[in-house]
This record gives sequence, C-alpha cells and structure tokens, in this order.
Amino acid sequence: MTVSFTRRAALGLASAAAMALAMPAVASDWKPQKPVEMVIMAGQGGGADRLARLFQSIIQKENLSSMPILPVNKGGGSGAEALRYLKDKEGDAHTIMATLNSYYTTPLRTDIGVDIEDYTPIARMALDTFVLWVNADSDIQTLDDYVAAVKAAGGEWKMGGTGTGQEDSLVTAMLEKEFGIKHTYVPFKGGGTVAKNLVGGHIDSTVNNPSEQMGFWQAGKSRPIAAFTADRIAVFPDVPTMTELGHEMVYTMQRSFVAPPGTPPEAVAYYTAMFEKLAESEEWQTYASEKALQTDLLTGDALQAYFLEERQRHNDILTSMGEIAGS
Amino acid sequence: MDVFSLLMDGFATSLSPLNLMIVLLGVTAGLFIGAMPGLGSVNGVAIVLPLTFIVPPSSAIILLCAIYYGAMYGGAVSSILLGIPGASTAVATTFDGRPMAQQGKAGLALIAAAVASFIGGTISVVLFTVFAAPLADLALKFGPAEEFALVLLAFTTFVGLGGDDVLKTIVMICLGLVLSTVGLDLISGQPRLIFGDLPGFYSGISFLVLAIGVYGIGEVLHTIETSKTAPQVTPARITFKELGAGFRAMNRLWRTMSVGSFLGFFVGMLPAAGATPASLMAYGIARSTSKKPDSFGKGNIEGVAAPETANNAASTGSLLPMLTLGIPGSPTTALLLGGMVMWGLVPGPMLFIEQPDFVWGLISSLYTANFAAVLINLALIPLFVWALRMPFTVLCAIVLVLCIVGGFAPSQKMHDVWLIAGFGIAGYLLRKADYPLAPLVLALVLGPLMEKSFRQTLIAEQGNVLAFVERPLSGTFIALAVLFFLLPLAKYLRKSPKDGVAPAQ
Repeated sequence: MTVSFTRRAALGLASAAAMALAMPAVASDWKPQKPVEMVIMAGQGGGADRLARLFQSIIQKENLSSMPILPVNKGGGSGAEALRYLKDKEGDAHTIMATLNSYYTTPLRTDIGVDIEDYTPIARMALDTFVLWVNADSDIQTLDDYVAAVKAAGGEWKMGGTGTGQEDSLVTAMLEKEFGIKHTYVPFKGGGTVAKNLVGGHIDSTVNNPSEQMGFWQAGKSRPIAAFTADRIAVFPDVPTMTELGHEMVYTMQRSFVAPPGTPPEAVAYYTAMFEKLAESEEWQTYASEKALQTDLLTGDALQAYFLEERQRHNDILTSMGEIAGS
Repeated sequence: MDVFSLLMDGFATSLSPLNLMIVLLGVTAGLFIGAMPGLGSVNGVAIVLPLTFIVPPSSAIILLCAIYYGAMYGGAVSSILLGIPGASTAVATTFDGRPMAQQGKAGLALIAAAVASFIGGTISVVLFTVFAAPLADLALKFGPAEEFALVLLAFTTFVGLGGDDVLKTIVMICLGLVLSTVGLDLISGQPRLIFGDLPGFYSGISFLVLAIGVYGIGEVLHTIETSKTAPQVTPARITFKELGAGFRAMNRLWRTMSVGSFLGFFVGMLPAAGATPASLMAYGIARSTSKKPDSFGKGNIEGVAAPETANNAASTGSLLPMLTLGIPGSPTTALLLGGMVMWGLVPGPMLFIEQPDFVWGLISSLYTANFAAVLINLALIPLFVWALRMPFTVLCAIVLVLCIVGGFAPSQKMHDVWLIAGFGIAGYLLRKADYPLAPLVLALVLGPLMEKSFRQTLIAEQGNVLAFVERPLSGTFIALAVLFFLLPLAKYLRKSPKDGVAPAQ
C-alpha cells in the first residue's frame, strides 16, 4: 500500500512543482507540457523495473525529453492494475507505459475490460532472454540433471517466478510440457525477489532474465543451466541453449512502450522520435550488450502487428497449458 | 584494507566542502518534506533524482541520502504536532507524541524525537559499517515463511498497544485487514471488493488515504466538537531550560533507545519488512518492559523515543539489502537503486568489491548526514512549536487543506478525496466509541504483506501449515508472537473490566 502511494505521491508533487516552471506552449511543434508519467507494469527491482528506470535515466541524461519522465510502478495483478490505469488515461498525451509480455497474457487470462489493440504503440526497444537457474550449492550441472532432479522430487520441486500467467510461468509450463515434469510454481511480486529467494534457498530453480541474476551469478551464488534462446548468449558463452540441446523452446520478453488509447498523433511522433534517439545512444547500446538484450527497434504499425501476432501466440500457449479456454 | 581505513577514505570524500554543503541542503529540504503530512522521503528523493546529474555520483547519492535522513527526522514533526502520521513509519510516534503536544510538551516531544532519531541513526550506521557484508547473508535467509512470521509478530504487539481493550483492538485489526484486500489480488490477478467495478478501487486503498482520513479529518472534527464548549489553546513554548530538561530526560532512556536501534536495524534490513513493523515492535517492547506501562499512550516520552530510534535505524538498515543484494527494502531505497543504476553502478554482491570508493563514501556520509540532521532539527524546533500556537480556528483550516491536498496529490483522483472524507467521518465516530485507530491503519499497511507471504509459503510447502514453525527463524518469531499475544490477554483476564483504560491512538 505504501509503495503504490508513495510513488504516486512523488509524481503528483513533482508534476505540481514542474508545472509551475513549465514554459508557455508552442503550438506548432508538440512537446510535453508537464512531466511524463512512465507507468511500469511490474513491481520494483525486477527486470522490467530496472530497464524502465534505465530508459528514464538515459532520457534525462541525454536531454531527450523537454520534461522529466517519472516512473510509477503499478505491478499489481500481473500488470492488470497498469493496464486498467492506462485505459482510464484515454487521450492523455503525458502518459506512456513500459510493457512486458503480461501486456498480452494478463488480458487473455482475466477479463479486466481492456483490449490491447486500443492502446497506441510507440516503440519496441528490446527483447530479453530467459535462462534456467539453480542455486550454486545445488548438484545440478546440466539440463539432464535438472530434469532428473525435478522428476525425483515428485511434483514438489519449487520453481519461483513472477505472477501466475506471466512470462516465468509460461516458460515453466513449456518446460513441463517438453519434459513431462511437474513443478510447484511459487509466484512472487518481481524478478528481483525471485532471484533473491533462489539464492536464499527458499525455492529450487528460476527462469530469471540474465540481468536479474547477473549480480548473484558474478558473486558465484547462482548457476545458469540452459538458455531459452536459439543462439548462445554473449555474456554466458558456456551456457548451452535449449535449441542446441534439441528442445525447441525459444521464448523472449519484449520491452516496449505504449501510450493510452487515442493519444494525439503529434505526441506519438514526439515519443517515437525520443525512443529512436534513445535506441542509438551509447549507454543503451553498452547496457544491452552487457545484459544480453536483443535490440531490434520496432515502431508504429509494425509494432502493432507484432503485438497482435504475439498475442495470438500467447493465446495458443495458454490454451495448450489449459490456463484459458482458448478463442 | 580493513573496515576502519576504508571508512577514513570514505570520510575524505564525504567531508569535502561540496559534499558538506550538499548534506546540509539535503537534510534541511528533507526535514521540511518529511514534516508535511502527505509528503515523505520518497517524494523528496524522486524530485531531486533528475537534478543529481550535475554533480558526481558520490555527491549525488550523498544528496539523496541526506534527504532520506532529513525526511525520517521530519516525519515525527507532523505526528507530534498534528497527530497525522505522514508516513506509515511514523504511526507509532503519534501514540505518545500527540498526547505530549496536547499537554503543552510539544517541544519536549520534538527534542525526544530528534535525539532518539540521532541515536538510532548513529548506532545503526555503526552496525552497518561493521557488519554490512556478513549481514547480507542473513537477509537472504528471509523467505516468505519468515516474512509472514515477522509481520505476525508486529501484529501481536498491537494487542499490547490497544491498552486493555483487546477486543476492540482485534475488531479494528480485522477491519483493517478487510480494507487491505480491496484491489487486485497479487497472486491470481483477480479484482476483489471493488464495489461494482469502481475503477478507483483497482489499485486498492492506500495507507495515506486512510491515515489522513481517520487521523487528520477525524481529529479536526473531534477538536471542533470539544472546543465548542471549551476553547482549547495548546500552551506551547520552548526555552533553554526545557532543552536541558529534554536532554536529561533522554539520558534515562538509554535502554529503550538501544533496544530500538538494534531492533530497527535488523528488522529494517529484511527486504519487505522495513521501518513500520520495526517502530511498532520497538514501541511494544518499550511498553511491555516498562515499570509503568499504563502511562504509555498518555504522553510518555519513552513512547516517542522508542519508535523514533527504531524507524531511523531501520532506514539505515534498509540500505543494506539494496547495496549488497540489489533488493530495495523500502520505496525510497527503490528510488536510490534507480539512481545508482543511472550512474552506472550495479548494486549487488559485487558492489563492495568493485566500487569501494562509492560504498564507503556513502557510509561515511550517513554519519555526517545524521549529525547535520539532529543539529538542524533541534534548531528548527522553536519554529515548529510556534506553528502550534496559531489560533485553533486558523490551524484547523490549515490542517484541513493539508489533508485534502496531501490526499489528492499522490494519485490525483477525486476518488481518494471522497474516501478521505468517508474515512474522516468513520474515524470521528470510531474515536467517540473509543475504538483504537492505529491497529486499523497498520493492518492496512501490513495486511497485503502478510497475505502474500502466507500464500507463497503454503504454495511452496504444498499446503503444509507446519512449515511456519518448522523453520528455525520463522518458528522463533511465531513463538514470540504467541507469547506477545498471550501476555496482555492474561493480564486482561485477571483485571476487573471496570478499570479499563482508553486505548492508544
């Protein structure tokens, strides 16, 4: 409760302060007239949160926006809180949202009264990868070890991840289907908490993004087993991919930005240009390569088409998992 | 290099003229931000974050920490003067701080809060300096089961807090828990208790809306009613004599403040727990180990010192998991974490090895920030006390405006303003019926945490409830919680019902 309040308090206060300083509007060339709210569909400390905050910091540092960008976490209900919030902001030119795959999965799983087709696509900045992790104290070294250990645990193997129906649980379901194994899936509020619980020994494995486990991995506290990618991840040259181990399990997490339904076109143009400049910045390029992110920029209609295609794909995955009835 | 020489190198950084100036500025700004109900350290840090690019990273984090510290000191001011806790961490400070102000001892209460904050801050920084690295591992030992047990322990201290009115306390806790379930469920993502799809309820009921309603509006209504018959003037002044008396009074509270400091540091260090349970538990322990427990809730200076030491100690403690694990222990540290990422620092187990200059510069600046905060705070006490001497007719209007603005600003929804009005009336009626309000507000803060960790544990342990007592850490907490719960209950059953004492508010 305090968390959600204080973030919003920060925003309200800052916007009030900044509005007082705002310059008079220039009609021809649209610019934000007050601080831009950046809604984050996840809780604090996870991969989505850190990345959104990195974007915010690069935007401020490189002066890509005439007004401050204020991140606000709305991670409740697997992102449903953020989606509802953005829907209520219809036509607002000063709100953008950092999305992840729960952008498709949450509305597919629960009827929360939103259709992602209504939102305004801005830019897809990156695709994040998934890796299977165990605690460094574990005996498991290979994927075969892992499958054997999960089988031996007889369904009591604790896989930690983000909210049920979110990416981590989908990847877990793909694993279960491929190997005929069963996990006990424990949902946590963010990937950062999941990573910490693995290292603390409260769960047995995770499918964290590389950036979420990076600190612990460098400190020798967690061990990558296999990557859910087609090609090896540059920072983990010794970690085999699922594809090379003979399992067709590739899953990526999109990191994109969208705006509320009915955002004025000039505002969309402004934000699109802002993220295009951001994508070229040196800080972002360095960060992306360190954190094993794929950086194929998509904007406008191409992005909307991608979203709809991915929604269909997730619909199929969720249906095959028995999570939803299918449509 | 050993800890001491590392720290000395750190002081070389933090005592440079630029950094000293930054500390003074940050602490002063933080103090005022924290003193306003509805604002807090998070707001201060959030506003300043983008400005920090003009100074080097080590100065930037010093500025943010100075604001963080200043706001923790300032939080006590509105709790004591107005009875409105500006943040959940300051709720326990109202229990005795407000009665002291009403008795004309606002100056003394403010001195106690400032000195206690200083002691808590300093002891915890020393603990931080010496134990930062090994304690990171302890924080990792905290899984969902331990989180649940700890929150349960914090809850059971309410039963002690509620005076002899155990039943009324439990009723209020239950009501608070019900309010805490409003909004989207963390685990399944389903909306709950949204009153026919009112979108305003999707994000739940925030702590501040409830606290401003029941404390702020409720208090104003209550005072209007009582001052109609007998105009009430708060006789507030501050003299050097009082200052001296304040320090002498504090001198007797060493035990309470040491307990508060250690407790605050360790509880604050645990991710997800933080300063609110810490301040409550410190209050509960001070009360139950006191020779005169009945004087608590009626303006006992010890009741101000205990939570204030603990919440400041906890604010230092919560930096530890952020720096060593990259897990923020509180909303403010989450912002600090964002700042560090911005400056190219990666918090986590490697930070202490790869960036010793930064880490030790930060730790040494905690010492200077703490020192600056206590001096500036003491210097400003006459100003705060003077504000109380305003005629009630003026003060009442100002408080009302602060309440509504403070409630609207965070989410900018009229929905929250209506809720505040509703809670205000409910708070006024509950107060008339002698129901304690603190358990209600704190149940709303702790409820979501408790529910989430309870369900996570049960999922992980295949529904085995014994898991909570089988794990050594959580088992210990549960045992303590049961003890805390049974002690006042036993007292309650032994006492005759007619000498009931008004509960703490």
